[in-house]
Amino acid sequence: MTTEQLLQYLLSGITIGSIYAITAIGYNIIYNATGIINFAQGEFLMIGAMTAISLSAFMPLPLAIVCAIVITALVGALIEIIFIRPMKKPSVLQMIIVTIGLSILLREAALHIWDEKVRALPFFTGSEVSSLSLFGAHVSPQVIWVLAISALMVVLLNLFFKYSLTGKSIRACSADRASAKLCGIPVQRMITLSFMLSAAIGAVGGCILSPITQTQYDCGTSLAIKGFATAVLGGLGNSTAAVTAGLLLGLLETFSIIVLPLAYKDAVSIALLLIILFVRPSGLFGNADTGRLKEF
Amino acid sequence: MAFLKKFFPFLLFALVLSAIQVIATCTETEYYLTQLTMAAWYSLPVLGLCLVMGYAGQISLGHAAFFAVGGYAAGVVTTTSLIPVQTNSLVSLLGKAGLLVSRTNLYGLPLLHLTPWIGLLFAIGTSLLLSILIGVPALKLKGHYLAMATMGFGIIIYRILLGTSFFGAADGLSDIPAFRILPVLSVSSDFSARVTNYYLAFACVLILLILFSNLLHSRMGRALKAIHNNEEAASASGINTARDKLIVFVISALCATLGGFFLTHYTGSIGPSEASIMKSVRYVAIVAAGGMASLWGTLILGLILNFLSLRGVFGSYDDAVFGAILVMIMLFAPEGLFNIGKLKSLFRKTHGPA
Repeated sequence: MTTEQLLQYLLSGITIGSIYAITAIGYNIIYNATGIINFAQGEFLMIGAMTAISLSAFMPLPLAIVCAIVITALVGALIEIIFIRPMKKPSVLQMIIVTIGLSILLREAALHIWDEKVRALPFFTGSEVSSLSLFGAHVSPQVIWVLAISALMVVLLNLFFKYSLTGKSIRACSADRASAKLCGIPVQRMITLSFMLSAAIGAVGGCILSPITQTQYDCGTSLAIKGFATAVLGGLGNSTAAVTAGLLLGLLETFSIIVLPLAYKDAVSIALLLIILFVRPSGLFGNADTGRLKEF
Repeated sequence: MAFLKKFFPFLLFALVLSAIQVIATCTETEYYLTQLTMAAWYSLPVLGLCLVMGYAGQISLGHAAFFAVGGYAAGVVTTTSLIPVQTNSLVSLLGKAGLLVSRTNLYGLPLLHLTPWIGLLFAIGTSLLLSILIGVPALKLKGHYLAMATMGFGIIIYRILLGTSFFGAADGLSDIPAFRILPVLSVSSDFSARVTNYYLAFACVLILLILFSNLLHSRMGRALKAIHNNEEAASASGINTARDKLIVFVISALCATLGGFFLTHYTGSIGPSEASIMKSVRYVAIVAAGGMASLWGTLILGLILNFLSLRGVFGSYDDAVFGAILVMIMLFAPEGLFNIGKLKSLFRKTHGPA
């Protein structure tokens, strides 16, 4: 393999890896606030992209994307208020089943709203044929957009959770819900907010990815499981590690194409998920002891 | 009398089934029996899952994969032509042992293949191997992790079936012949065999149900309930939790495989969608709606929902119906639709002595 080819694979691995990282962060936000693994996380990406595609017919692209993000966040809030909140002390099994049910309902709703056609957002700059030359490798300008926006998002989220009062409140809820309540933090509102945030992040991921991989009503499922693989690989709840894990998974998947047929690409990353779950469920960067303390 | 009391529900069920058949035959609506037969085969994976989810308290989002293993074993064995390797000594040995069948395929070309009995052995063997291979590590996990691990297993099987041309890729396998169990009894979609197949399928379901209810009333069943309530406590009381969980997982995987095997011989074709996550989720939905730990609830709801789905009653909302069932059951009736126990206790509280 030539160096250019290697670089080409490397870049496409990093691109898809950053999307996995974004999905994983979406999982982590909700998991940290509520202890729920939201099986409908992938559907947020799909809804974000689909809404942006529909809106882009009426308004300039940036505005359409912003509106799509807001709408998806509202969907996230509605889901929390209507379906998650009424469950009093849900068991893990109950949470799994409800979020799986929701993911199916969202997907089917999308099927009836948009039909089963494959769509795509226009490229943010240039078109599908324009390419930049980067150390001899040819990349679409959209790849640069994906990398820049995901990096920006990770930094902003980190700042938000570390320094803003709201971010700190959400973290307090995940550390100890009762104490957070005693400190006057509106726990219920923070949980709703975490669903909105997670949905919005999913929508951003869906929008920046759509020009490259295109969007269909059922594209959320495979993204969801790979996002989960990423979240587990990095250690559930740890968003910084999720970035490293996402890049790792993206690269592994891309390079697997060299030795295995393309059709098995998904199987490779899921097999990795199984191995991680079986061998080191606390994740590559997680602490095995703290991992055991968590209630799975 | 105790014997009668124990078997009363089974007898009642058998009576209802024969009544349905008689009515269908008299009103010339026998085509309903075809979907009922298919629903019966589909209820095998659901009953198996009921053991795992309802009684042992472990979730599996990969049961459709085991169902597909059975179906594809049936398909591969009876559609792979052995004519190119006819002269091979092993193949001729199989022929002498009477394990080869020759027939003409859909296009009138001659076809030589193994008997479905080999397919049955193959299905059981593969299912045993896979369920142990995935069960041993996966059942150490709990909650979300177990759900994702079994779901991951299901997706891998689905992707392999979808991406391999040997398994017919997206088209799946078709032209799968009937399975002749006895000279007079064969699993096939022939119109003449409709009633026989209806009884055959439900006989299998009933036998399974009796075996399961015996299992649940044994030491094993009590161990499972203990595991469900509190795994640590069960382990402390001397129950080998890892072994019991694995056994029940393997049993349920085998049930799913048998269901897939017979349904494939019945309909004559199988596609990769049988292994999809949506199918696994559908089985989970049926068990949840049936009340988790209720074989009868699961069976009856499974039959009704699968029958309606196969009749196309839900139209393009087929998957949505099952998604809605999952959400609604968990929100409003986490104990299932037929929660007889709860009704009874309500009745006792209001009318009887405490």
